Amino acid sequence: MGSELRSALRPALALLLLFTLLLGLGYPLLTLAIGQALFPRQANGSLIRDGERLVGSELVGQAFTSPAYFHPRPSAAGQGYDAAASSGSNLGPTSRALADRIRADVAAQRSAGVRGAVPADLVTASGSGLDPDVSPAAALAQVPRVAAARGLPEALLRAMVERSVRQPTLGLLGAPRVNILLLNRQLDGVTAQSPR
Amino acid sequence: MNVQGWLLILLFTALVAALARPMGAWLFALYAGRRTPLHPVLGPLERLLYTAGGIDPAREQSWRGYAVAMLMFNLAGILLLYALLRLQDVLPLNPQGFDAVPGHLAFATAISFVTNTNWQSYGGETTMSHLVQMLGFTVQNFLSAATGIALAFALVRGFARREATGIGNYWADLTRITLYLLLPASLAYAIFLMASGVPQTLAGSVTATTVEGASQTIALGPVASQLAIKMFGTNGGGFFNANSAHPFENPTDLVNFVQMLSIFATGAGLTWMFGKAVGNTRQGWAILAAMLVLFIAGTTVTYRAEAAGNPIHQALGVDAADGNMEGKETRFGIAASALFAVVTTAASCGAVNAMHGSFTPIGGMIPLLNMQLGEIIIGGVGAGLYGILLFAILAVFVAGLMVGRSPEYVGKKIEAREVKLAVLAITILPLMILGCTAIASVTGAGLAGPLAKGPHGFSEILYAFTSAVANNGSAFAGLTANTRFYDALLGVAMFAGRFFVILPMLAIAGSLAAKRFTPPSAGSFPTTGPLWVAMLVGLILILGGLTFLPALALGPGAGQAAMISGQLY
Repeated sequence: MGSELRSALRPALALLLLFTLLLGLGYPLLTLAIGQALFPRQANGSLIRDGERLVGSELVGQAFTSPAYFHPRPSAAGQGYDAAASSGSNLGPTSRALADRIRADVAAQRSAGVRGAVPADLVTASGSGLDPDVSPAAALAQVPRVAAARGLPEALLRAMVERSVRQPTLGLLGAPRVNILLLNRQLDGVTAQSPR
Repeated sequence: MNVQGWLLILLFTALVAALARPMGAWLFALYAGRRTPLHPVLGPLERLLYTAGGIDPAREQSWRGYAVAMLMFNLAGILLLYALLRLQDVLPLNPQGFDAVPGHLAFATAISFVTNTNWQSYGGETTMSHLVQMLGFTVQNFLSAATGIALAFALVRGFARREATGIGNYWADLTRITLYLLLPASLAYAIFLMASGVPQTLAGSVTATTVEGASQTIALGPVASQLAIKMFGTNGGGFFNANSAHPFENPTDLVNFVQMLSIFATGAGLTWMFGKAVGNTRQGWAILAAMLVLFIAGTTVTYRAEAAGNPIHQALGVDAADGNMEGKETRFGIAASALFAVVTTAASCGAVNAMHGSFTPIGGMIPLLNMQLGEIIIGGVGAGLYGILLFAILAVFVAGLMVGRSPEYVGKKIEAREVKLAVLAITILPLMILGCTAIASVTGAGLAGPLAKGPHGFSEILYAFTSAVANNGSAFAGLTANTRFYDALLGVAMFAGRFFVILPMLAIAGSLAAKRFTPPSAGSFPTTGPLWVAMLVGLILILGGLTFLPALALGPGAGQAAMISGQLY
């Protein structure tokens, strides 16, 4: 046993050191070089800029509270959509806190004019707290509110939402979704063009 | 539930089965020390590593020698990672200026990554520097995966060799698996991930001014390189707190699908490699079939439960047709979230694309049960194969008792020594899981952990120790685990769950290698047909299921009853 221990020492230390350099520096830095050369937009976070102003990331949800915008899902990341502290609520199925939160959110949706069964994603927090999307049903449910706030015809907004729906790959790998940030930016563009 | 959901599950299962042979053939080349098309490129690097370590790759090690080498390497890895964590505040590549990691967290985290568990009591983007993520976590993601596969090679050699003293050379296995499988696959994978939107930058974060004019700080980092090996090596430790639910760590449904496939690819391939090594690929297919039977059963239960949703929330006005969306991402939906949860716990990955703690009680029970069965449904890279072969040894033993003959498996007589060692290895799991859960359930420090009250609070504790001992790493994350108590106990649990299974397993490998080949006779129990698959599945369910049934009744069982009756806590 003693000789086995001694004979294992050098290979252990040498391989650990060299693998640390190869896998901990060489590999990530090579990946970095490839990414920055071939896919600089994605490798830097799919950021959206308006001239000098950094607006956010296409992939990361952000908070919207004005009735004139489509709203994202409730978020448990920090104070809501904190992209430096991703998190789900981690509340369990029999949690009173969760039931109370959902009750309050359902009431808020009702007062904003949502009728019938409330789309689940409108009143549930995502796993990341940064979900950039809502379901098509959740976006369509908000059309009357946004239309009223902007003075735009509902049919126009509904068509806009439907055009923004991204279908799942192969029709089955995920779920249909609407990116809220992109939809709202499109909305600002349309409003700017139409007479107020 | 919908047709697309079931088609997704079918397509996924079919692709896993289709991957088994090509992955297995590549693994077999590494197992047998054959040349691969990558040797002309990476051969010089392999020889350099051997020279630096004074390693003769052709020198065979006994099971003890193999075990000592593996332990020495892993202990050195734990020490190095611990040091990196403790010193991160004075080391470079810390753009966010994070403090040194506290001792108890560094202890748990170092063991966690070296044991292929990747349990995380911390949030990545708020705690760990880029240097630690790269030099610490990414490196151990590779090395713990390579170690797992190497150990599976060692056990397979025990079955395949005749009257031999050696079971391979750990250093050569480790090096070859890393260089000719994990590294090139991860690099190609990382390129796909970057093209799909996963960041790879040394920037710490950027600050945006949102459309409504608020300030939003967006954490970034070298995510793609770590994510690739996190999935392919069934490690599961997230760069970000939200793991593969985070849009940067899983931006599209296609990436999500590939992530699930990459969790299972190597494990499925190892079953084929096993069959090839023992001279009958049907032996490997039988093992894979048993795994997939259990996998489909578990997926069905979780998908149904999550699609049915939570009646408490539905009574409040939530659309019942949408299922349980708390903790799930819109882009994945119910089916791909349920499937991911089963895949990640069937294998010892532990990456999550949805928060398991917010699943319905029955939906969350399957991930729990998958881990408690020993993560032998495909399983962690290497660990899944050696885990299910331990069950196979017991199954032929039980079958032998039934027909009254001395049991054999793939040409080796299974005798008292192997059965005792297999039972020893398998017993670690319930002993540690239930023991630690019991301790935490009756001590103040333990009871301070759960976020939930009632049965789900117990489930949070049970899940934590199940995940730690089984080296999974996923969590019912309501539990506040970054305390002295939990970090210490979880650290011990992860260490025991990894190495106290490995040592008896290697002893079996050594004992089997020394045996003569016993050709199958009329009295041998056939270990290739449906009868064998049923026998193996039955044994796994009876052994694992009965051990944990009382604990599951107290947690998810009582939770489901509470949910149906509308009881809140």
